[in-house]
Amino acid sequence: MADGTSIPAVVIPQVRPRAQRVGGMQRWMRRRSTIAFLMCLPLILLIACLVIYPSVYAIYLSMLNKRMTKFLGLSNFVFLLRRDTFQLVIFQSCLFAGTAVFFKALIGFILAHLMHNIPSRNQRIWRGLLLVPWVIPLAMSTLTWWWMFDPSYSAFNWLLNQFGLTSVPWLGVGWIARFCTIAVNVWFGTPFFMIMYLAALKSVPEQLYEAAAIDGASALQKLFFVTLPMMRNIIAITVLFSLIVTFADFDIVRILTAGGPADMTHVFATYAFQVGIQSGDIPLGAGVSLFMVPILAVAAYFVLRGVTSRTKEMAA
Amino acid sequence: MLKSPITRRSALQLGAASAALPLVHIRTAGAAGKLSVGFWDHWVPQGNDVMKKQVQAWSDKNKVDVQSDFITTVGNKLQLTAAAESQAGTGHDIMTFLAWDAHNNAQKLAPVNDVVKALTDKYGPVNEASSYLASSKGNWFAVPSSSGTQNKPSCARISLLKKFAGIDVQAWYPAQEVQPPEAAEWTYDTLLSSAEKLQKAGFTYGIGLGQTPDSVDWTGAMFAAFGAELIDGEGNVRIKSDAVRQVLEYSQKLVKFLPADAVSYDDASNNRALISGQSALIFNPPSAWAVAKRDAPQVAADCWTFSSPAGPKGRFVPHVPFLWGVWKFSQNQSAAKDLLQYLMQREQVEERDNVVQGYDLPPFPSMNNFKVWQEVEPPKGTVFNYPTLPWHQAKPSVAASSASPDIAVQIYNRGTMPTMLAKLQSGQTIPQVIAWASDELEGFTR
Repeated sequence: MADGTSIPAVVIPQVRPRAQRVGGMQRWMRRRSTIAFLMCLPLILLIACLVIYPSVYAIYLSMLNKRMTKFLGLSNFVFLLRRDTFQLVIFQSCLFAGTAVFFKALIGFILAHLMHNIPSRNQRIWRGLLLVPWVIPLAMSTLTWWWMFDPSYSAFNWLLNQFGLTSVPWLGVGWIARFCTIAVNVWFGTPFFMIMYLAALKSVPEQLYEAAAIDGASALQKLFFVTLPMMRNIIAITVLFSLIVTFADFDIVRILTAGGPADMTHVFATYAFQVGIQSGDIPLGAGVSLFMVPILAVAAYFVLRGVTSRTKEMAA
Repeated sequence: MLKSPITRRSALQLGAASAALPLVHIRTAGAAGKLSVGFWDHWVPQGNDVMKKQVQAWSDKNKVDVQSDFITTVGNKLQLTAAAESQAGTGHDIMTFLAWDAHNNAQKLAPVNDVVKALTDKYGPVNEASSYLASSKGNWFAVPSSSGTQNKPSCARISLLKKFAGIDVQAWYPAQEVQPPEAAEWTYDTLLSSAEKLQKAGFTYGIGLGQTPDSVDWTGAMFAAFGAELIDGEGNVRIKSDAVRQVLEYSQKLVKFLPADAVSYDDASNNRALISGQSALIFNPPSAWAVAKRDAPQVAADCWTFSSPAGPKGRFVPHVPFLWGVWKFSQNQSAAKDLLQYLMQREQVEERDNVVQGYDLPPFPSMNNFKVWQEVEPPKGTVFNYPTLPWHQAKPSVAASSASPDIAVQIYNRGTMPTMLAKLQSGQTIPQVIAWASDELEGFTR
């Protein structure tokens, strides 16, 4: 005070309001990584319940005997590899997937180029029309195809008969049935490739084509030395994606042929269903379906390795 | 500030009272418990309605709340549902099983010896096929049902067989309780000779060689008629026996007169072949005739259902039983068994069969005299010979039933027999077909 006396200063300890006191739990909850994890948790749970758990359970099942009372290890897989029918299934699955993906990529690539070169005003109409096979539910469109191949009411045979040609047993002869299943898969899957390649084409810089034109490159040379190198990664990724999906195809083969005639169109999924569910040997069916994993894993490894190395080259 | 008329105390009291309400016993339809049943979704739509009505009547009388689901066999949905419930240990209390599926799930089904005994005491034994598929060593794990149970005998065009093959099927199998001696002419040799004539006339028999049940069932009956077993009851592979060779030699001739795309036939292909007027004969229940009544009346009016051909070892008619099983995880097994016993009483079986125009076959031979098979038309008596009647001198056949059920189910579902014929049709020799089948069958015995 001014007269020289002093007033003891009472130091009132600063008490933080209750709301501002932050414990360890609350601090943890406020961290960005925690919030991100919690936001991803629904998806993680979904994947865990619908993907991881069934996969692990399938692996476990594939190692049991038919009655699921005894552990057999890898015996089911050894048994399957010795069967002629299963060797045929492996061949057919690779043939189906490989051929279908090749033609989907090729036709999709050609369609993308055609689309890219028509005026943008008309592009939208054609894009919409060409996407129709992909947007129709696959089971429904396959049923329609099945009707067109039907032994009694085939529209294709009716057309052939109009021109004086004999009816074709579309689903009754092995190689013709294989052709039909591949054709339906190509019809269904080509729009996906087309739309992906069209997007990739639009991202290729125009200057590269101009530079190539100045250097006197022909259309074919532009395709091989400009377009394809720029699109290699997208081609690799779409091929890998389609390979995985086509390998696991069930709908088309199941509806069109159910694996016939005489097992000549069976793929892993349909054979697994027939052996596992229909014949009551679920462990063996699980074993069949798991055979896709090593084949696809090897394919995925090589494709992604190529993509990674190309990406590094471009970055360098 | 307005005072709320509802105090916290009164809100709490109301909430507590609401929560306690379900605990108060109110006499309702579910007073004796609940049941859920997975029935087969009948091809004939009215079949579901009559089932619902019967279940409701039982439910009202017994104060059991019953939920009925009708599950289709299209896309094997019925089979898938049973497999999923078996794995999960939860689902319907009562489930419908087709043919082999009850055996596949036998360990998870509650014994129903009491139900079957009560029924057999009243109506006599069930037929052999149902007994084979619903029981093991005298222990019943499923109750043979009539709903969906079917034969697949011959269904032929009267006029076409008369005109091009000189066969009068109505004279062989009239709509009367009499067996003319001419019926003995209906053999596999007659099938072969008539198939050739009808093919030349442009009305190829619509007999399939696919891997679906229709193809498996008729080939199984043919193999049985020749005494040909692929695997015997002890698990021995008998593919190289004389009987198998004999049936394959016969089949090598027959397949030349079957449709070129017979191997692609599914269970609806033969129906379509008959209804479209392209085919003179199929092996099928009367569902094809029933659809023809609606879509092609002139074809329906020309159809006659009669027994299967006879072979050296007898006459075998393909038979496909549907069965009802009670899961062990069911919480109300006694009510489930009671319901099944009620549904399999003659009055209920006949009522359902009348509605589905005779499609369903009772598992008890003593019930094979319902009036419906005499009355439906056109033509009158068209399905009189659909059930296996005593004077047919025929036996119901389940394909591959010479083997134990766990092996037979694989032979059946892999379509081994029709695939053997398909390979013959594609040009393979009998030794090649036997070699292929031998490899397949050894895998089934693992």
